[in-house]
Amino acid sequence: MSKVFIALQTNDDTRSIIQAILADNPHAIANEQPAMVKIDAEGALVVRRSTIEELIGRDFDLQELHINLISLTGHVDETDDELTLSWNT
Amino acid sequence: MDMKVSKKKLGLKEKYQHMTRGLGWETTYQSMDEVFPYAKYEGIKIHDWDKWEDPFRLTMDAYWKYQAEKERKLYAIIDAYAQNNGHLSVTDARYINAIKLFLNGISPLEYMAHRGFAHAGRQFPGVGPRVACLMQSLDEIRHAQTQIHSLSNYNKYYNGFHEYRHMLERVWYLSVPRSFFDDAYTAGPFEFMVAIGFSFEYVLTNLLFVPFVSGAAYNGDMGTMTFGFSAQSDEARHMTLGLEVIKFILEQDPDNLPIVQQWIDKWTWRGYRVLTLVGMMMDYMLPKRIMSWKEAWEVYFEENGGALFKDLARYGIRPPKWLDQIEQDKDHISHQAWATFYNYAAACNFHTWIPTDDELDWLSQKYPNSFDKYYRPRLEHWREEAKKGNRFYNKTLPMLCQTCQIPMIFTEPGDPTQICYREVDYKDNKYHFCSDGCKEIFEHEPEKYIQAWLPVHQIYQGNCFNEGVDPTAEGFDPLAAVLDYYHLNFGRDNLDFDGSEDQKNFEAWRGMATKNT
Ligand SMILES: [Fe+2]
Ligand SMILES: [Fe+2]
Repeated sequence: MSKVFIALQTNDDTRSIIQAILADNPHAIANEQPAMVKIDAEGALVVRRSTIEELIGRDFDLQELHINLISLTGHVDETDDELTLSWNT
Repeated sequence: MDMKVSKKKLGLKEKYQHMTRGLGWETTYQSMDEVFPYAKYEGIKIHDWDKWEDPFRLTMDAYWKYQAEKERKLYAIIDAYAQNNGHLSVTDARYINAIKLFLNGISPLEYMAHRGFAHAGRQFPGVGPRVACLMQSLDEIRHAQTQIHSLSNYNKYYNGFHEYRHMLERVWYLSVPRSFFDDAYTAGPFEFMVAIGFSFEYVLTNLLFVPFVSGAAYNGDMGTMTFGFSAQSDEARHMTLGLEVIKFILEQDPDNLPIVQQWIDKWTWRGYRVLTLVGMMMDYMLPKRIMSWKEAWEVYFEENGGALFKDLARYGIRPPKWLDQIEQDKDHISHQAWATFYNYAAACNFHTWIPTDDELDWLSQKYPNSFDKYYRPRLEHWREEAKKGNRFYNKTLPMLCQTCQIPMIFTEPGDPTQICYREVDYKDNKYHFCSDGCKEIFEHEPEKYIQAWLPVHQIYQGNCFNEGVDPTAEGFDPLAAVLDYYHLNFGRDNLDFDGSEDQKNFEAWRGMATKNT
């Protein structure tokens, strides 16, 4: 199974986002590097709006991710509620 | 009083549909073929532009909103960094040479990318890719501007930042990144998208921005970290666009496969060659290192690229050509490049040096198969010579590869003691290449590459001296004349870091920042 990843800047905005991603993807591994966090996951990774909203206590638009996003891999599928990264193989 | 009108909010997909597809139309006063004259000549067959899917579904209104937010964050940090004399908090002044290379060699490519995406976007008959290219074109000019702004702060204090635009079109080593982008920009719109959108953005830019920018942070350079990550925050969108382009083209017609495969082979190799500079920056120019070039290559190319090409196999795409050589090269190219710049430090707008003992040990440990055997003894020899007052400056000009324009510094696959040479006779001339990859790329489009502006040839032809200079005059010094033409100040911008003005100033200013005298 191939790995996908998402990398985010390390800051106050992303702390809860990272926490939410790790909660929703128990198979994911966070890899901390200077000023950034890279989250690797076998096969697929999902970023869920509702989990982030619960943690930050306000509405969150998934497109806000763009502000602190560093990089990602895999096919992207974005809806109002979820952003999914995956490989087909 | 405002009346509350309840209307159903559009979902992301519907909104995107209205704000992109809804904006396009079929032209009638002029035929679509005349309005989009470059859409067909490359041989790519598109039957239905509506099949284009933009996974991020970003519309222009949301685009402006998020980009504005990124700019506010960026400039707050840049200002704070400058106000606080942030340049004195970098690990040591050698580091600053890495960002000289960045400003001179990479930022101008951002501007070229801006032009390229504006051009490609204009030429696609489909609305989806046009909107995506427009956004990327705006992103790229933002990258160029924010990099120039951030680095202009260093120009106030250090040498070598002063004329990147003038130098880009003249200085020998800058023809490498420049010709790479010129090659892409002068291709058709589909090839440009595969070259830059896919091969460069998707397969290779992680290597440039992620470990290197994280390394800038690690070395105390908040300015570079900030513009780097701000640029990179657009990159996820660019990569997604690059991948979408490939999928879209391949799904449209089976005849597109061989054309796309040839582009992937060519552009992965071209981009890989340019990244030699980044490998050298990571292994030699960051005083505090986070990962070696080889490690970064393994994570971002072998692992991610491997997953990508496994996925694309369902379209019949195979991994790029010459991977076996690339696989061996990762132990060597950063060392070969640093040795070259060390040699040619008299003709460079940044400084080079011999790594400290700690750094040599780090390299030995990161490169157990190659460093002690091939590269460390040479560096130690040069260090000994420098101690005796014979700092080695190479005064002869190197032979360049006709395709990538890098001096012939790379070694034979399988034999790191033998320089790799390839040649082709074409019409009445002989052309030289650094590798099978560069040779084959030339053979596919010789009429394009015979026009290459090779800095060494140009110097020998007398085209790199200022007007009025007489190369036949008594005591003519060709190096001095070329440096004048480059606008490079001898003794300030070039030569070894040891003894440089940058080194002395940094020491003095840092002293002033920590003491009262
Ligand atoms: Fe860019
Ligand atoms: Fe080459």
